[in-house]
Amino acid sequence: MPGLGTSFGRGGATTAQQDLANSDAILIMGSSMAENHPVGFQWVMEARERGATVIHVDPRFTRTSAMADIWVPLRAGTDTVFLGGLIHYALTHDKVFREYVVHYTNAATLVRDDFQDTEDLDGLFSGWDEATRQYDPTSWKYREAEGEGLTPADPTLQDPKCVYQVLKRHFSRYTPEMVERICGVPRDVFVKTAEAFTAASGHEKTGALCYAVGFTQHSNGVQIIRSAAILQLLLGNIGRPGGGILALRGHASIQGSTDIPTLFDILPGYLPMPALGPDSLDLQSYVAKNSSQTGLWANFDKYFISLLKAYYGESATPENQYGFHWLPRISGDHSHFGYWLDMADGKMEGLFVMGQNPAVGAPNARLERRALAKLKWLVVREMVETETAAFWYDSPEISSGELATEDIATEVFLFPAAGSAEKAGTFTNTQRLLQFREKAVDPPGEARSEAWFMHHLARRLKARAVGDARPRNAGLNALTWNYATEGRHHEPVIAEVLQEINGRSLPGGELLEGSAQLKNDGTTACGCWIYSGVFPSPGRNRANERSPKGYLGHGWGFAWPNDIRILYNRASAAPDGSPWSERKKLVWWSEQDRRWDGLDTPDYPRDLSPAAPADLRAGIGVTALGGQNPFILHADGKGWLYVPTGLKDGPLPTHYEALESPFPNAMHSQQCDPAAQTMARPDNLYADSPGDPRYPHILTTYRLTEHHTAGGMSRTLSHLAELQPELFTEVSPELAAEAGLDHGAMARVVTPRGEIVARVLVTQRMHPLWVQGRRIHQVGLPYHWGYRGLVTGDVVNDLLAISEEPNVRINETKALVCAILPVAVETERA
Amino acid sequence: MRVTAFLTDSTLCIGCKACEVACKEWNEVPDDGFDWSGFSYDNTGSVGHSTWRHVKFVEQAPEAGLGGNDPDLASWTFSSDVCKHCENAGCLEACPTGAIVRTEFGGVFLQPDICNGCGYCVVACPFGVVEKRPGDGRAFKCTFCYDRQKVGLTPACAKACPTESIQFGEIESLRLKAKERVQELHARGMEDATLYDAADSSVGGTHAMFVVRGDPRAYNLPPNPECPTVYLKKAWTSSAVAAALLVGGSLIAFLADRKRPSR
Repeated sequence: MPGLGTSFGRGGATTAQQDLANSDAILIMGSSMAENHPVGFQWVMEARERGATVIHVDPRFTRTSAMADIWVPLRAGTDTVFLGGLIHYALTHDKVFREYVVHYTNAATLVRDDFQDTEDLDGLFSGWDEATRQYDPTSWKYREAEGEGLTPADPTLQDPKCVYQVLKRHFSRYTPEMVERICGVPRDVFVKTAEAFTAASGHEKTGALCYAVGFTQHSNGVQIIRSAAILQLLLGNIGRPGGGILALRGHASIQGSTDIPTLFDILPGYLPMPALGPDSLDLQSYVAKNSSQTGLWANFDKYFISLLKAYYGESATPENQYGFHWLPRISGDHSHFGYWLDMADGKMEGLFVMGQNPAVGAPNARLERRALAKLKWLVVREMVETETAAFWYDSPEISSGELATEDIATEVFLFPAAGSAEKAGTFTNTQRLLQFREKAVDPPGEARSEAWFMHHLARRLKARAVGDARPRNAGLNALTWNYATEGRHHEPVIAEVLQEINGRSLPGGELLEGSAQLKNDGTTACGCWIYSGVFPSPGRNRANERSPKGYLGHGWGFAWPNDIRILYNRASAAPDGSPWSERKKLVWWSEQDRRWDGLDTPDYPRDLSPAAPADLRAGIGVTALGGQNPFILHADGKGWLYVPTGLKDGPLPTHYEALESPFPNAMHSQQCDPAAQTMARPDNLYADSPGDPRYPHILTTYRLTEHHTAGGMSRTLSHLAELQPELFTEVSPELAAEAGLDHGAMARVVTPRGEIVARVLVTQRMHPLWVQGRRIHQVGLPYHWGYRGLVTGDVVNDLLAISEEPNVRINETKALVCAILPVAVETERA
Repeated sequence: MRVTAFLTDSTLCIGCKACEVACKEWNEVPDDGFDWSGFSYDNTGSVGHSTWRHVKFVEQAPEAGLGGNDPDLASWTFSSDVCKHCENAGCLEACPTGAIVRTEFGGVFLQPDICNGCGYCVVACPFGVVEKRPGDGRAFKCTFCYDRQKVGLTPACAKACPTESIQFGEIESLRLKAKERVQELHARGMEDATLYDAADSSVGGTHAMFVVRGDPRAYNLPPNPECPTVYLKKAWTSSAVAAALLVGGSLIAFLADRKRPSR
C-alpha cells in the first residue's frame, strides 16, 4: 500500500474501526462501508449518534449514503479533483492545523530547484522519459544539504520552494468551480461538504477518512489515496483519536496477505523482493539500497537477516550472506496480470488457484478463462467447484463453441478446501488486528486446510530435492521445514508457524518479545518483523487473547506493530509532549515517569523525551529523529505531504482521467496517468478516449452486502443467494427514458471487451450529472454472478479491461465506459 | 420469568439483512425462492412462512447534498419486520388444535409438531405474518427464538444486528427507551419519527415495537390492527339475540295457536 506507506511510513490503516466513534466528521469515499463492512460500520453509526457529520461521496446513492448526513454524487474516476478541491479549500480558508503541519509534516522542507510540477509542464512532472514511458524521480528529491548542514527547510513556510508553497501552487486550480466542472458536483454541495469536513480539525476536533477499493481500483489509485493522506495531514488528523485514514480491506485477511504477502514484489513485513540488477547483487548493496541512516529503517538489516534466518536456519551463515542468493530475483512483471497475459500467450505451464475465482472475479474474465486452456496443469483448492475449476467443460466459451472440451489439454486438479471454521489460524483484519481462530470442527471428507496443503507439498518437494545438487535446488534444500503435525489429518501445528513469524533468539530458541530484539548478526530469526511480539512466550498467543480493555480494545487480539491501535500516535500530543487537548488526548509524555504514556501503546520509543534534540546528520535510527517527529519510519520523521521518493507517477497527486473516459482532461493536456499500463492487445481492447461515441456512458462496478466477491461462497448458499438472486444493472430514470430501458426488463451492457445481459433496475438513487457542460449517465453493475451455483448471471468482469496502475499494478474497475441497450425479447438463458 | 420484546429502530437499520440470514440459519428456515422482485434491494417480499425477519426497503428520490440521515428527507429507509407477538393474538385464539401457545416470555409460539395445517391462524393474523408453507402444509412464523430465550440467549436476529437497530429486552424498559428515542429524534429535527406500538388497539399491545420515520403503513405496519376475535362477543351476541328471537317467535306462535278457539 504505497499510498499510505509513502505518506506515513506503513502500508496499513492508521486507525481502528472502534476509534471512528470519536470522530467529529467521517468522510467515506471510494467505499460503501455500510454495505461492504456492515459490522465495522456500527462505529460510524455510533459517531453519528454522538453528533458527528457523516459524509458519503459516491457515484451512487447506496446504503452508506442512506446513513449519511451528506451524500455527494460524483463522476466515477474524478476522486483526485474532489479531494484536491478539499485540499485547496483547507489551504485557502485557513483550515490547516498549522502547528501540526509545521512540526509533523515535511511542509517546511525545500525541494530541489530542478523540480517542475504538472502545473508547469502541462500534466507531467519533471523527469519524464517518453521513450521508456517512465519517470526519473531524481528531481523530485529534497534539496540537498550544503556542507555539514541539514536538508534545508523554512519553518515559516514562505520559501517558494518549500513543500507547503509547492503544494499551494499545485492545488491552486482545484477550486469549487473546477470540482463542479470535472466531478459534476454542484458547487454549493461541494462547499457544504468542505465546510463540514475541514471543521473537524485543530486542537479540539478530528475527522476520519474511510476508503476501500473505490480509491484503489483506478489507473491512478495510489495517488487518490495520496490526496486523502495530504488532506488528513493538513488537517492534523493522523495519529489522533477520531482521526486517521481507515483503509477498508475487501475481505478477511487481505491486510494479512500484504503483511505476509501473496505479492511478487515484497517479502514479509514490506521488505522489497530483490530485483535482478546491480543493487541486489549481494546482501550489502541490497541492504544499503533499502535502509536509511535515521528512522526505523536503520534496522533494515536486522529485519531482513532475521527473515533469512527464519527461512534457511543453520544454513544461513555470514559466509553465504545468510542465503541471500537463494532468494529469487524479480526479472519482469510477475503480477497477476503480467503472468496471466503470459499464460494467454502460452508461456506458462501450471498454476495454483487458492481462495480466488478469476474466471468470474478478475477483469477481462473472458481472457482469463481462455488463458486457463493454455496451461498444462491447474490446481484449484476450493469449497465448491467454481467457474475457474470447471472452465474446461462449463463456460460461456464452451457454450458458444469457441472452445471445445476435447481440445483443452489442461489437467485440472480440484482439491476440496476446508472452510474457515474447519481450520485454525489467524486473520489480520482491516485495522491490522491479528485474531486467532480455533478450529470448530474437522473438515468433511478429503477437505483440508491451506496450511495442510502447503506443508505437505513443501515436505514432498523437499524430499524430492534431497541429493539433487543442481543449483536451483540449493534454496529448497536449505529451507527449514520442520513443523510438527497433529490430529488424524496431520495438520501442521499452526501455533508453531505463528511462533516462527513472531521470532526466536538463536541458537537458544526463546521467543522474542518484539522487533526491538532483532539482530543483524544471525542470532535471531523472525518470519515477519512487524508481527513480532504476537507470541512473546510459549503460553501466550496474543492473537488469541479475548479480554478487551479500554475503548481501543487492548487485550483482544494483537495489532501490528507492537499492539499499537492508532499509528503515529506521538502526533496526538503537541511537540512538547502534552495532549493537544483534553478531549483528544491519546498518548502523552509523563515528565514524572520520564516516559510516554496514555490510552494506546505509544508508537514511539518509550523514553525518548520531547526535549531530545534531532541529529539527522550523525545520529542513527529512531533516536536520531529527536523527540518531536512522529513518523518514525521516515528518515526525517515527518508525514509526507510531498513524496520525494518511492512513487512511480509523481510526488504529488494530480488529476488524470480514467484510461477510458467520455471527457478530455480539463486540468491539462495529459489525458491519463502517463505511467499507467493499458496492456492493450487484441483480446484486451479499449474504447477511444476521450469520448468514444460508441460508449457514451460511464460504467462502474461494485459489490453488494448480500454476496461475497466472485460469489463462490455466497451464490452456493440459499440464504444468501435468495437475497440477490439475479444480476442487475442500476440506471437512473433519465437514462432509462433516453435508452428505452424498462424496469425489470433485460438490457445489454457493452464495452470493447464484450457484452453481458442484465436485468434493469431503474432507480432514482442513480443521478445523471452535469459535467463540462453536458449531462452524463453512470451505469452501475454489481459483479457477483457467474454461471454456476444456485443463482446465476453473466460475468460482469467480461466487460472490464486488464490494466495496471504504475505503483501496485492494480486494474481499473471503477471508471470505464459502456453502452446500454434494451433487449427486445427476453432471451432464455441456460 | 421476565416478559420480553423487540424494539426495531429503523433509523439505525443499514439494510444489511443480517437478521434475515441469522434467523434462517438458527431456525433452519428454507429459502423463499430465487426471484428478483424489482422492489429496490428487497427480494424476499414480506414476512411469511419462510421469511420470519424481513427487511423492507423504502425508496424516495434522494437529492445531492442530502444523505438519508437528513431531517427533511429520509431518502432510502430500511426496517426489519417480524411477528408482533400480540397480547390478544388472533392466531392463537383461532387455532383449534392448541398448536399455538403463549410462552413464559410473552411470545406466541407455534408448535410445528401439533399444527395440523388447518390455516385458521393465517386469516386470523392482523399483520399477515402467519402463512402455510407450500409443500409442507403447516403454518410457520417467528418463534421469538423460544429455544434461545429458554437458555438465556438473545434471539438470533437481535444478536446478529451490527448496529443495534434490533434491540431485545424486558418489555417495559424497551418501551421507555423507544419513547426516549423518538423524543431524541424529534429534537434532532426528525419530526416524522414515530413509535409504532399497537398497545391501544384490539391486539392489546405487542412484543414488537418499531421506531420509523414517516407513515408506518410504508413499512407494512397497519394503523389500527384488529384481532378478529374481538368480534366474537358481538357475533355471539348477535347469534344469541337471533336465537332468542327465533325461540321467542316460535313460542309466541305456539302460544297463539293454543289460545285460538277450537273448531
